[in-house]
Amino acid sequence: MLEVRDLHAAYGAILAVNGVTLDVRSGEIVTLIGANGAGKTTTLNCIAGLLKPKSGSVRFDGEDLARVPAHDIVRRGLVMAPEGRRVFPRMTVAENLEMGAFTRKDKDGIRADFERVYGLFPILLERAQQVAGTLSGGEQQMLAVGRAMMARPRLLLLDEPSLGLAPLIVKRIFEVIRTLNEAGTTILLVEQNARMALKTAHRGYVLETGQVTMVDDAARLLADARVQAAYLGE
Amino acid sequence: MFDTIAQQLIIGLTNGMVFALVALGYTMVYGILEFINFAHGDVFMLAAFLALTLVGALDVTQQTPPGTLAALLLGIVVACALFAGGLNYAIDRVVYRPLRRAPKLAPLVSAIGVSFILQNVGLFWGGSAMAVFGGGGQAAAPKAFPDILPQTNLAASLFGVETKLTLLPKDLLVMGASVVIMAALYGLVRHTKLGKAMRATAQDPNAARLMGIDVDKVVGATFLIGGALAGVAAVVYSLYINTIHYQMGYQNGLYAFTAAVVGGIGNIPGAVLGGLVLGLVRAFSDQFIGAQWQPAVLFGILIVILVFRPAGLLGSTAREKV
Ligand SMILES: Nc1ncnc2c1ncn2[C@@H]1O[C@H](COP(=O)(O)OP(=O)(O)OP(=O)(O)O)[C@@H](O)[C@H]1O
Ligand SMILES: [Mg+2]
Repeated sequence: MLEVRDLHAAYGAILAVNGVTLDVRSGEIVTLIGANGAGKTTTLNCIAGLLKPKSGSVRFDGEDLARVPAHDIVRRGLVMAPEGRRVFPRMTVAENLEMGAFTRKDKDGIRADFERVYGLFPILLERAQQVAGTLSGGEQQMLAVGRAMMARPRLLLLDEPSLGLAPLIVKRIFEVIRTLNEAGTTILLVEQNARMALKTAHRGYVLETGQVTMVDDAARLLADARVQAAYLGE
Repeated sequence: MFDTIAQQLIIGLTNGMVFALVALGYTMVYGILEFINFAHGDVFMLAAFLALTLVGALDVTQQTPPGTLAALLLGIVVACALFAGGLNYAIDRVVYRPLRRAPKLAPLVSAIGVSFILQNVGLFWGGSAMAVFGGGGQAAAPKAFPDILPQTNLAASLFGVETKLTLLPKDLLVMGASVVIMAALYGLVRHTKLGKAMRATAQDPNAARLMGIDVDKVVGATFLIGGALAGVAAVVYSLYINTIHYQMGYQNGLYAFTAAVVGGIGNIPGAVLGGLVLGLVRAFSDQFIGAQWQPAVLFGILIVILVFRPAGLLGSTAREKV
């Protein structure tokens, strides 16, 4: 479904991604783990079209995305919930969710997805008319995930959805990721919380200073001594 | 005394509405790009030149029968709105868009450059071009904009009492047109898909892209709408002040920009409030302190407002969670 080949990306002279190759197959949850500054966000930004890679290619359903602007990538079913939540602070929760469905015209489907998001995150229904800037961090994260769901993604990119959240909310977010996947959404998950990510995902990639150093089934990575030492604190 | 205050209220409100219409163009663009379009005032000026040209070409005078006059006036407003909107859109497309990722001073200096270029266009237009329609061939001279609305004083018949108040049809026109347009703009920004896309883009352009919003289109629409508001403001201003000049965009633009900042730059209701405050302070200072002191009094008061509310009257100083 997603094929990233030999991706290079830089900020000015600083090379942030240095030859990343990865695949996500339809129906999978794939996680991308790595230390701070490894290039995870940069990789996702290239896939979502926010950043133009220096070289390499990104293909979605076989189509090269090099010339597709970010706003059209969304229309193809590839949607990202960016790092740091990035909800629209002066819009209400309901309006934020509505923006998630910006590209859609099917009124009934949108209404059904509102129900689905409110079902998964009941707190968002309670806060529906509150402006998003006044939500707590955890609530904003739920909103960011819910907003991405409103686009009906076939492939959902999540960049550190659990960052800074209390354990109970982290658990909730991972449950929702599993639920979405079971309902047919393919997921590429970037996480600091490597343990939860590897427990949830089918496969994992380890990224170090802009390069993929390991690829394997998530369960095997979880058991790998090097991964345990570097990312699981054991 | 009551008459005097009421009179200054009318003057202040009408002037304030014109400032507000122009201020909206500054504030909408700033809200999305954090960029001051210094050429905005000159787009306003050129629209006034178009209005005068059309008034001459269509031979609109006070003798024109009311029905025809209303139709022609509406036509002129629409033409000026389309012209100013289109011009503003074109300036963005040709000059500012290529500089979108450039350091902030590059588009700023370009905007000042466009402002000067448009003033020269006004100078040319006001010379031989305008002379064709009897607008006078003196390029740099202020041009009389004819009084085409009836000069009947409505105050007496409206309030039914003996009063020294003057309330002309053009006062009502300014206020009526401004209120209708501002209400329409508010509805557009609040409730339409385009309006929501504009708000989302203003709050976080990259997140807006991730929603599938074409940010370039939204910015284009913003310049178009802001320009169209300046076009309407130009007709209203010309009818009201009766003099236009190729440098009128400079001073009025600066006043309108000030209004936008005092109201809270980037904030749409703020621009309206700022415009009204500016108009009212000006009118009362002229009446009670003296017109020659207007700039000092006006800007003195505005500075005091900004000292106490640096983000403007409706601008929020509260930091948002990121
Ligand atoms: N806008 C930027 N300008 C310059 N350098 C940047 C920019 N964004 C990221 N970098 C650099 O690129 C490298 C990769 O950053 P990236 O954000 O992709 O890392 P990450 O793996 O997502 O890290 P984290 O886990 O902290 O989010 C880092 O060295 C970072 O300093
Ligand atoms: Mg990151």
